[in-house]
Amino acid sequence: MAISHEFEYIKPKTVNEAVDILAKYGSKASILAGGTDIVVKLKETPFNPEILVDIKGIDELSKIEFSNGVLKIGALVTFSELIDSEIVKTNFPLIHEASTTVASIGTRNRATIVGNICSAVPSLDSGPALLVYEADVIVKNNSGERKISIKDWFTGPKKTAIKEGDLVIGLEIKKPTDKHGTSYVKLGRYRGEDLAQAGVGVFVTESNNYKISFCALGPVPVRATIIENLLNGKSLDEKILNEAKELVEKVISPITDIRASKEYRMHIAKVMLERALLKAKERITSVYHETHDILGG
Amino acid sequence: MSKIHIILNGERRSLHVEPNDILLDVIRDKMGAKSPKCGCDRGDCGACTIFLNGKSVKSCNILAIEADEQEIVTLEGLSENGLTKLQEKFINMNSFQCGFCAPGITIAATELLNHNPNPTLDDVKEALSGNLCRCTGYTPILDAIMSCKK
Ligand code: FES
Ligand code: FES
Repeated sequence: MAISHEFEYIKPKTVNEAVDILAKYGSKASILAGGTDIVVKLKETPFNPEILVDIKGIDELSKIEFSNGVLKIGALVTFSELIDSEIVKTNFPLIHEASTTVASIGTRNRATIVGNICSAVPSLDSGPALLVYEADVIVKNNSGERKISIKDWFTGPKKTAIKEGDLVIGLEIKKPTDKHGTSYVKLGRYRGEDLAQAGVGVFVTESNNYKISFCALGPVPVRATIIENLLNGKSLDEKILNEAKELVEKVISPITDIRASKEYRMHIAKVMLERALLKAKERITSVYHETHDILGG
Repeated sequence: MSKIHIILNGERRSLHVEPNDILLDVIRDKMGAKSPKCGCDRGDCGACTIFLNGKSVKSCNILAIEADEQEIVTLEGLSENGLTKLQEKFINMNSFQCGFCAPGITIAATELLNHNPNPTLDDVKEALSGNLCRCTGYTPILDAIMSCKK
Protein backbone atom coordinates (compact mmCIF):
# COMPACT_ATOMS: atom_id res chain seq x y z
CA MET A 1 0.00 0.00 0.00
CA ALA A 2 1.28 3.38 -0.86
CA ILE A 3 1.64 6.17 1.65
CA SER A 4 -0.96 8.70 0.61
CA HIS A 5 0.84 11.93 1.41
CA GLU A 6 4.19 13.27 0.36
CA PHE A 7 7.17 14.24 2.44
CA GLU A 8 10.80 15.10 2.01
CA TYR A 9 13.57 12.72 3.04
CA ILE A 10 16.97 13.69 4.30
CA LYS A 11 19.84 11.61 5.62
CA PRO A 12 22.33 13.63 7.66
CA LYS A 13 25.82 12.25 8.39
CA THR A 14 26.42 13.79 11.80
CA VAL A 15 24.46 14.49 14.97
CA ASN A 16 25.07 18.22 14.58
CA GLU A 17 23.68 18.21 11.08
CA ALA A 18 20.64 16.26 12.31
CA VAL A 19 19.83 18.58 15.21
CA ASP A 20 20.17 21.62 12.94
CA ILE A 21 17.60 20.12 10.59
CA LEU A 22 15.33 19.29 13.53
CA ALA A 23 15.66 22.85 14.83
CA LYS A 24 14.80 24.28 11.44
CA TYR A 25 11.70 22.14 10.82
CA GLY A 26 10.46 21.81 14.41
CA SER A 27 7.25 19.83 14.71
CA LYS A 28 7.16 19.31 10.94
CA ALA A 29 10.11 16.93 11.12
CA SER A 30 10.05 13.34 12.26
CA ILE A 31 13.02 11.11 13.00
CA LEU A 32 13.41 7.79 11.19
CA ALA A 33 15.64 5.02 12.57
CA GLY A 34 14.51 1.37 12.18
CA GLY A 35 11.17 2.51 10.80
CA THR A 36 9.20 -0.52 11.98
CA ASP A 37 6.71 1.67 13.82
CA ILE A 38 6.90 4.85 11.82
CA VAL A 39 6.27 3.38 8.37
CA VAL A 40 3.11 1.69 9.65
CA LYS A 41 2.09 4.99 11.24
CA LEU A 42 2.66 6.79 7.93
CA LYS A 43 0.49 4.27 6.12
CA GLU A 44 -2.34 3.91 8.58
CA THR A 45 -2.77 7.14 10.50
CA PRO A 46 -3.13 10.85 9.69
CA PHE A 47 0.49 11.36 10.81
CA ASN A 48 2.01 13.53 8.09
CA PRO A 49 5.45 15.00 8.74
CA GLU A 50 6.85 17.34 6.13
CA ILE A 51 10.28 15.82 6.37
CA LEU A 52 11.69 12.52 7.56
CA VAL A 53 15.16 12.74 9.02
CA ASP A 54 16.79 9.35 8.53
CA ILE A 55 19.54 9.07 11.15
CA LYS A 56 20.97 5.80 9.79
CA GLY A 57 23.76 7.73 8.11
CA ILE A 58 25.20 8.79 11.51
CA ASP A 59 27.74 6.05 12.20
CA GLU A 60 28.53 7.13 15.76
CA LEU A 61 24.99 6.22 16.81
CA SER A 62 25.33 2.55 15.95
CA LYS A 63 27.71 1.57 18.76
CA ILE A 64 27.37 -0.46 21.93
CA GLU A 65 30.12 0.67 24.31
CA PHE A 66 30.96 -0.49 27.81
CA SER A 67 33.59 1.25 29.88
CA ASN A 68 34.03 2.15 33.56
CA GLY A 69 30.91 0.18 34.36
CA VAL A 70 28.69 2.26 32.06
CA LEU A 71 26.91 0.82 29.04
CA LYS A 72 26.16 3.17 26.17
CA ILE A 73 23.64 2.09 23.58
CA GLY A 74 23.49 4.29 20.48
CA ALA A 75 20.18 5.29 18.93
CA LEU A 76 20.73 2.97 15.96
CA VAL A 77 21.44 -0.21 17.92
CA THR A 78 18.87 -2.83 16.97
CA PHE A 79 17.32 -5.45 19.22
CA SER A 80 19.19 -8.15 17.27
CA GLU A 81 22.49 -6.39 17.99
CA LEU A 82 21.62 -6.20 21.69
CA ILE A 83 20.74 -9.91 21.75
CA ASP A 84 24.02 -10.82 20.03
CA SER A 85 26.17 -8.63 22.30
CA GLU A 86 28.11 -10.67 24.87
CA ILE A 87 28.66 -7.49 26.88
CA VAL A 88 24.93 -6.96 27.22
CA LYS A 89 24.19 -10.60 27.91
CA THR A 90 26.80 -10.87 30.66
CA ASN A 91 26.34 -7.53 32.36
CA PHE A 92 22.74 -6.58 31.64
CA PRO A 93 20.92 -9.90 31.29
CA LEU A 94 17.50 -8.30 31.68
CA ILE A 95 18.04 -6.19 28.56
CA HIS A 96 19.12 -9.33 26.72
CA GLU A 97 16.09 -11.28 27.86
CA ALA A 98 13.58 -8.50 27.17
CA SER A 99 15.08 -8.00 23.70
CA THR A 100 14.54 -11.65 22.79
CA THR A 101 10.81 -11.22 23.39
CA VAL A 102 10.37 -8.23 21.06
CA ALA A 103 8.36 -9.10 17.94
CA SER A 104 10.23 -11.50 15.63
CA ILE A 105 13.69 -11.68 14.09
CA GLY A 106 12.74 -9.82 10.89
CA THR A 107 11.54 -6.91 13.03
CA ARG A 108 14.35 -7.11 15.61
CA ASN A 109 16.92 -6.90 12.79
CA ARG A 110 15.61 -3.43 12.09
CA ALA A 111 13.89 -2.09 15.21
CA THR A 112 15.96 -0.14 17.75
CA ILE A 113 15.60 0.04 21.53
CA VAL A 114 15.73 3.84 21.37
CA GLY A 115 12.93 3.77 18.79
CA ASN A 116 11.00 1.51 21.15
CA ILE A 117 11.11 4.06 23.98
CA CYS A 118 10.36 6.91 21.58
CA SER A 119 7.25 5.15 20.26
CA ALA A 120 6.44 4.56 23.93
CA VAL A 121 3.49 2.23 23.49
CA PRO A 122 2.44 1.02 26.96
CA SER A 123 3.32 -2.58 26.10
CA LEU A 124 6.95 -1.87 25.23
CA ASP A 125 9.14 -4.80 26.26
CA SER A 126 12.20 -2.64 26.88
CA GLY A 127 10.39 -0.54 29.51
CA PRO A 128 10.73 -2.75 32.61
CA ALA A 129 14.41 -3.53 31.97
CA LEU A 130 15.35 0.13 31.50
CA LEU A 131 13.32 1.14 34.57
CA VAL A 132 14.94 -1.37 36.90
CA TYR A 133 18.43 -0.56 35.61
CA GLU A 134 17.55 3.14 36.04
CA ALA A 135 18.78 4.07 32.59
CA ASP A 136 19.34 7.61 31.39
CA VAL A 137 18.10 8.82 28.02
CA ILE A 138 20.67 11.05 26.31
CA VAL A 139 19.02 13.80 24.31
CA LYS A 140 20.63 16.40 22.10
CA ASN A 141 19.32 19.49 20.38
CA ASN A 142 21.04 22.45 18.79
CA SER A 143 21.62 24.14 22.14
CA GLY A 144 23.26 21.19 23.87
CA GLU A 145 22.98 17.78 25.43
CA ARG A 146 20.97 16.62 28.45
CA LYS A 147 20.13 13.47 30.36
CA ILE A 148 16.59 12.45 31.17
CA SER A 149 16.10 9.71 33.74
CA ILE A 150 13.99 6.89 32.34
CA LYS A 151 11.59 7.32 35.25
CA ASP A 152 10.71 10.78 33.91
CA TRP A 153 10.71 9.71 30.27
CA PHE A 154 7.30 8.12 29.79
CA THR A 155 4.58 10.74 30.23
CA GLY A 156 1.57 8.92 28.75
CA PRO A 157 0.62 6.34 26.14
CA LYS A 158 2.87 7.10 23.14
CA LYS A 159 4.04 10.26 24.91
CA THR A 160 7.51 11.03 26.19
CA ALA A 161 9.57 13.87 27.62
CA ILE A 162 11.08 14.55 24.19
CA LYS A 163 10.71 18.14 22.99
CA GLU A 164 10.59 19.71 19.57
CA GLY A 165 14.06 19.76 18.06
CA ASP A 166 15.36 16.94 20.26
CA LEU A 167 17.22 13.90 19.01
CA VAL A 168 17.69 10.94 21.34
CA ILE A 169 21.27 9.88 20.70
CA GLY A 170 21.32 6.91 23.04
CA LEU A 171 20.94 5.33 26.45
CA GLU A 172 23.36 5.12 29.36
CA ILE A 173 23.10 2.43 32.00
CA LYS A 174 25.31 1.82 35.02
CA LYS A 175 26.19 -1.76 35.76
CA PRO A 176 24.75 -2.79 39.13
CA THR A 177 27.58 -3.59 41.53
CA ASP A 178 25.92 -6.18 43.78
CA LYS A 179 25.57 -9.78 42.76
CA HIS A 180 22.05 -10.13 41.41
CA GLY A 181 19.56 -12.08 39.33
CA THR A 182 16.98 -10.81 36.84
CA SER A 183 13.94 -12.04 35.02
CA TYR A 184 11.49 -10.68 32.44
CA VAL A 185 8.21 -12.49 32.13
CA LYS A 186 6.00 -11.55 29.20
CA LEU A 187 2.56 -12.78 28.38
CA GLY A 188 1.64 -12.79 24.70
CA ARG A 189 -1.36 -14.50 23.17
CA TYR A 190 1.05 -16.95 21.60
CA ARG A 191 4.78 -17.21 21.32
CA GLY A 192 5.72 -15.16 18.31
CA GLU A 193 5.03 -11.77 16.85
CA ASP A 194 2.75 -10.24 19.47
CA LEU A 195 2.64 -7.31 21.83
CA ALA A 196 2.68 -7.97 25.55
CA GLN A 197 -0.66 -8.38 27.31
CA ALA A 198 1.34 -7.99 30.46
CA GLY A 199 5.03 -7.86 31.29
CA VAL A 200 7.05 -7.78 34.49
CA GLY A 201 10.76 -7.30 35.02
CA VAL A 202 12.48 -8.17 38.30
CA PHE A 203 15.96 -7.46 39.62
CA VAL A 204 17.04 -8.87 42.97
CA THR A 205 20.38 -8.80 44.78
CA GLU A 206 21.88 -11.41 47.08
CA SER A 207 21.10 -9.17 50.04
CA ASN A 208 17.43 -9.03 49.00
CA ASN A 209 17.21 -5.66 47.38
CA TYR A 210 14.38 -5.66 44.86
CA LYS A 211 13.55 -3.64 41.79
CA ILE A 212 10.32 -4.44 40.02
CA SER A 213 8.65 -2.95 36.97
CA PHE A 214 5.51 -3.64 34.95
CA CYS A 215 4.58 -2.88 31.34
CA ALA A 216 1.32 -3.18 29.37
CA LEU A 217 -0.59 -2.79 32.64
CA GLY A 218 -1.17 0.96 32.66
CA PRO A 219 -0.66 4.04 30.49
CA VAL A 220 3.11 3.90 30.99
CA PRO A 221 5.54 1.25 32.26
CA VAL A 222 5.99 1.71 36.02
CA ARG A 223 8.29 0.84 38.90
CA ALA A 224 6.45 -0.98 41.69
CA THR A 225 8.03 0.97 44.55
CA ILE A 226 5.53 -0.06 47.20
CA ILE A 227 6.12 -3.73 46.43
CA GLU A 228 9.87 -3.15 46.46
CA ASN A 229 9.59 -1.50 49.88
CA LEU A 230 7.61 -4.43 51.22
CA LEU A 231 10.12 -6.97 49.96
CA ASN A 232 13.42 -5.19 50.57
CA GLY A 233 15.57 -7.03 53.08
CA LYS A 234 13.31 -10.08 53.10
CA SER A 235 13.70 -13.43 51.46
CA LEU A 236 10.77 -14.88 49.57
CA ASP A 237 8.31 -17.19 51.28
CA GLU A 238 4.66 -17.91 50.62
CA LYS A 239 3.39 -15.32 53.07
CA ILE A 240 5.45 -12.43 51.71
CA LEU A 241 4.70 -13.42 48.12
CA ASN A 242 0.99 -13.25 48.87
CA GLU A 243 1.39 -9.82 50.46
CA ALA A 244 3.34 -8.66 47.40
CA LYS A 245 0.63 -9.96 45.09
CA GLU A 246 -2.03 -8.07 47.02
CA LEU A 247 -0.15 -4.83 46.45
CA VAL A 248 -0.18 -5.30 42.66
CA GLU A 249 -3.64 -3.71 42.50
CA LYS A 250 -2.19 -0.50 43.94
CA VAL A 251 0.57 -0.33 41.31
CA ILE A 252 -1.08 -1.09 37.99
CA SER A 253 -4.17 0.17 36.19
CA PRO A 254 -4.78 -2.20 33.30
CA ILE A 255 -7.37 -1.60 30.61
CA THR A 256 -9.43 -3.92 28.43
CA ASP A 257 -8.34 -4.01 24.82
CA ILE A 258 -8.17 -6.41 21.89
CA ARG A 259 -5.50 -8.47 23.66
CA ALA A 260 -7.01 -9.02 27.11
CA SER A 261 -9.57 -7.77 29.62
CA LYS A 262 -8.54 -5.65 32.56
CA GLU A 263 -9.73 -8.30 35.05
CA TYR A 264 -7.60 -10.93 33.37
CA ARG A 265 -4.59 -8.62 33.28
CA MET A 266 -4.98 -7.84 36.98
CA HIS A 267 -5.11 -11.52 37.82
CA ILE A 268 -2.27 -12.64 35.59
CA ALA A 269 0.01 -9.79 36.70
CA LYS A 270 0.04 -11.27 40.19
CA VAL A 271 0.87 -14.74 38.93
CA MET A 272 3.60 -13.33 36.71
CA LEU A 273 5.08 -11.26 39.52
CA GLU A 274 5.45 -14.35 41.67
CA ARG A 275 7.08 -16.34 38.87
CA ALA A 276 9.39 -13.50 37.91
CA LEU A 277 10.50 -13.00 41.53
CA LEU A 278 11.26 -16.68 42.02
CA LYS A 279 13.05 -16.94 38.68
CA ALA A 280 15.18 -13.84 39.33
CA LYS A 281 16.09 -15.19 42.74
CA GLU A 282 17.10 -18.55 41.28
CA ARG A 283 19.28 -16.83 38.69
CA ILE A 284 21.44 -15.12 41.33
CA THR A 285 23.26 -18.41 41.70
CA SER A 286 22.55 -20.23 38.43
CA VAL A 287 24.00 -19.12 35.13
CA TYR A 288 21.68 -17.34 32.76
CA HIS A 289 20.01 -19.73 30.40
CA GLU A 290 18.01 -19.07 27.28
CA THR A 291 14.49 -19.87 28.38
CA HIS A 292 12.06 -17.22 27.46
CA ASP A 293 9.59 -18.12 30.14
CA ILE A 294 6.80 -16.73 28.14
CA LEU A 295 3.60 -17.79 29.78
CA GLY A 296 1.17 -19.42 27.40
CA GLY A 297 4.00 -20.10 24.96
CA MET B 1 11.93 11.90 -7.53
CA SER B 2 15.33 10.90 -6.23
CA LYS B 3 17.78 8.68 -8.01
CA ILE B 4 18.94 5.75 -5.91
CA HIS B 5 21.01 2.63 -6.41
CA ILE B 6 20.09 -0.78 -5.08
CA ILE B 7 22.18 -3.91 -5.41
CA LEU B 8 19.44 -6.45 -6.08
CA ASN B 9 20.54 -10.08 -6.20
CA GLY B 10 24.08 -9.08 -7.03
CA GLU B 11 23.21 -6.60 -9.74
CA ARG B 12 23.62 -2.87 -9.17
CA ARG B 13 20.55 -1.09 -10.47
CA SER B 14 19.68 2.57 -10.59
CA LEU B 15 16.14 3.81 -10.36
CA HIS B 16 14.00 6.79 -9.45
CA VAL B 17 11.81 6.72 -6.38
CA GLU B 18 9.64 9.10 -4.36
CA PRO B 19 10.43 9.35 -0.63
CA ASN B 20 7.06 7.75 0.15
CA ASP B 21 7.55 4.67 -2.08
CA ILE B 22 7.58 1.44 -0.10
CA LEU B 23 10.52 -0.89 -0.71
CA LEU B 24 8.29 -3.95 -1.22
CA ASP B 25 6.34 -2.20 -4.00
CA VAL B 26 9.50 -0.97 -5.66
CA ILE B 27 11.15 -4.41 -5.63
CA ARG B 28 8.05 -5.98 -7.16
CA ASP B 29 6.83 -3.32 -9.54
CA LYS B 30 9.90 -1.35 -10.54
CA MET B 31 12.62 -3.96 -10.22
CA GLY B 32 10.65 -7.01 -11.32
CA ALA B 33 11.43 -9.40 -8.47
CA LYS B 34 8.03 -10.84 -7.65
CA SER B 35 8.88 -13.31 -4.89
CA PRO B 36 8.28 -11.00 -1.90
CA LYS B 37 4.55 -10.79 -1.32
CA CYS B 38 2.29 -8.31 0.39
CA GLY B 39 0.26 -10.06 3.05
CA CYS B 40 -0.56 -7.68 5.86
CA ASP B 41 1.33 -4.53 4.82
CA ARG B 42 2.14 -3.76 8.46
CA GLY B 43 5.04 -5.95 9.53
CA ASP B 44 3.04 -8.80 11.03
CA CYS B 45 2.93 -11.66 8.50
CA GLY B 46 6.44 -11.98 7.03
CA ALA B 47 5.29 -12.58 3.43
CA CYS B 48 7.45 -9.64 2.30
CA THR B 49 10.64 -10.83 4.03
CA ILE B 50 13.88 -10.16 2.12
CA PHE B 51 17.57 -10.02 3.00
CA LEU B 52 18.80 -6.45 3.45
CA ASN B 53 22.57 -6.39 3.93
CA GLY B 54 22.40 -10.07 4.86
CA LYS B 55 19.69 -9.75 7.51
CA SER B 56 16.07 -10.74 7.15
CA VAL B 57 13.74 -7.74 7.25
CA LYS B 58 10.16 -6.96 6.36
CA SER B 59 10.18 -4.92 3.19
CA CYS B 60 6.66 -3.53 3.69
CA ASN B 61 8.04 -1.53 6.62
CA ILE B 62 10.90 0.10 4.77
CA LEU B 63 10.97 3.06 2.41
CA ALA B 64 12.67 2.35 -0.90
CA ILE B 65 14.83 5.42 -0.46
CA GLU B 66 16.27 3.91 2.76
CA ALA B 67 17.70 1.10 0.64
CA ASP B 68 19.89 3.46 -1.40
CA GLU B 69 23.32 1.82 -1.82
CA GLN B 70 22.21 -1.25 0.16
CA GLU B 71 22.29 -4.90 -0.83
CA ILE B 72 19.09 -6.83 -1.21
CA VAL B 73 18.64 -10.53 -1.83
CA THR B 74 15.26 -12.06 -2.61
CA LEU B 75 14.31 -15.65 -3.36
CA GLU B 76 15.26 -15.06 -7.00
CA GLY B 77 18.81 -14.40 -5.83
CA LEU B 78 18.92 -17.33 -3.41
CA SER B 79 18.11 -19.83 -6.14
CA GLU B 80 20.15 -18.21 -8.91
CA ASN B 81 22.38 -21.27 -9.17
CA GLY B 82 19.62 -23.81 -8.74
CA LEU B 83 17.45 -24.67 -5.79
CA THR B 84 19.01 -24.70 -2.35
CA LYS B 85 18.90 -27.82 -0.23
CA LEU B 86 16.19 -26.23 1.88
CA GLN B 87 14.05 -25.47 -1.16
CA GLU B 88 14.38 -29.05 -2.37
CA LYS B 89 13.26 -30.32 1.01
CA PHE B 90 10.28 -27.97 0.90
CA ILE B 91 9.30 -29.42 -2.48
CA ASN B 92 9.93 -33.06 -1.60
CA MET B 93 8.03 -32.81 1.64
CA ASN B 94 5.09 -30.87 0.17
CA SER B 95 5.66 -28.16 2.73
CA PHE B 96 3.42 -25.53 1.16
CA GLN B 97 -0.08 -25.43 -0.25
CA CYS B 98 -0.87 -22.05 -1.83
CA GLY B 99 2.75 -20.98 -1.42
CA PHE B 100 2.07 -17.34 -0.62
CA CYS B 101 4.11 -17.53 2.58
CA ALA B 102 6.91 -19.58 1.02
CA PRO B 103 9.27 -16.80 -0.13
CA GLY B 104 9.29 -15.14 3.30
CA ILE B 105 9.59 -18.40 5.16
CA THR B 106 12.44 -19.52 2.90
CA ILE B 107 14.37 -16.33 3.65
CA ALA B 108 13.76 -16.59 7.41
CA ALA B 109 14.71 -20.27 7.50
CA THR B 110 17.80 -19.67 5.35
CA GLU B 111 18.97 -17.01 7.80
CA LEU B 112 18.50 -19.45 10.68
CA LEU B 113 20.39 -22.28 8.99
CA ASN B 114 23.23 -19.93 8.01
CA HIS B 115 23.76 -18.98 11.66
CA ASN B 116 22.79 -22.22 13.28
CA PRO B 117 23.12 -25.33 11.08
CA ASN B 118 21.85 -27.52 13.93
CA PRO B 119 18.72 -25.81 15.22
CA THR B 120 16.34 -27.33 17.72
CA LEU B 121 12.63 -27.34 16.92
CA ASP B 122 12.28 -24.41 19.33
CA ASP B 123 14.96 -22.48 17.45
CA VAL B 124 13.08 -23.07 14.20
CA LYS B 125 9.78 -21.95 15.70
CA GLU B 126 11.43 -18.82 17.08
CA ALA B 127 13.03 -18.07 13.69
CA LEU B 128 9.64 -18.38 11.98
CA SER B 129 7.67 -16.55 14.65
CA GLY B 130 7.22 -13.56 12.37
CA ASN B 131 5.95 -15.59 9.41
CA LEU B 132 2.32 -16.60 9.13
CA CYS B 133 1.03 -19.46 6.99
CA ARG B 134 -2.73 -19.67 6.45
CA CYS B 135 -2.75 -23.13 4.83
CA THR B 136 -0.48 -25.73 6.30
CA GLY B 137 -0.57 -25.62 10.07
CA TYR B 138 3.24 -25.29 9.82
CA THR B 139 4.11 -28.93 10.49
CA PRO B 140 5.39 -29.82 6.99
CA ILE B 141 7.36 -26.56 6.93
CA LEU B 142 9.01 -27.24 10.27
CA ASP B 143 9.72 -30.85 9.25
CA ALA B 144 11.52 -29.74 6.08
CA ILE B 145 13.68 -27.23 7.94
CA MET B 146 14.54 -29.78 10.62
CA SER B 147 15.54 -32.26 7.93
CA CYS B 148 18.22 -29.81 6.73
CA LYS B 149 20.15 -30.19 9.97
CA LYS B 150 23.78 -31.04 9.49
S1 FES C 1 3.43 -7.78 4.19
FE1 FES C 1 5.20 -7.26 5.27
S2 FES C 1 5.00 -8.33 7.09
FE2 FES C 1 3.11 -8.71 6.12
S1 FES D 1 1.07 -22.30 2.06
FE1 FES D 1 -0.56 -20.91 1.89
S2 FES D 1 0.01 -19.39 3.30
FE2 FES D 1 1.49 -20.88 3.63
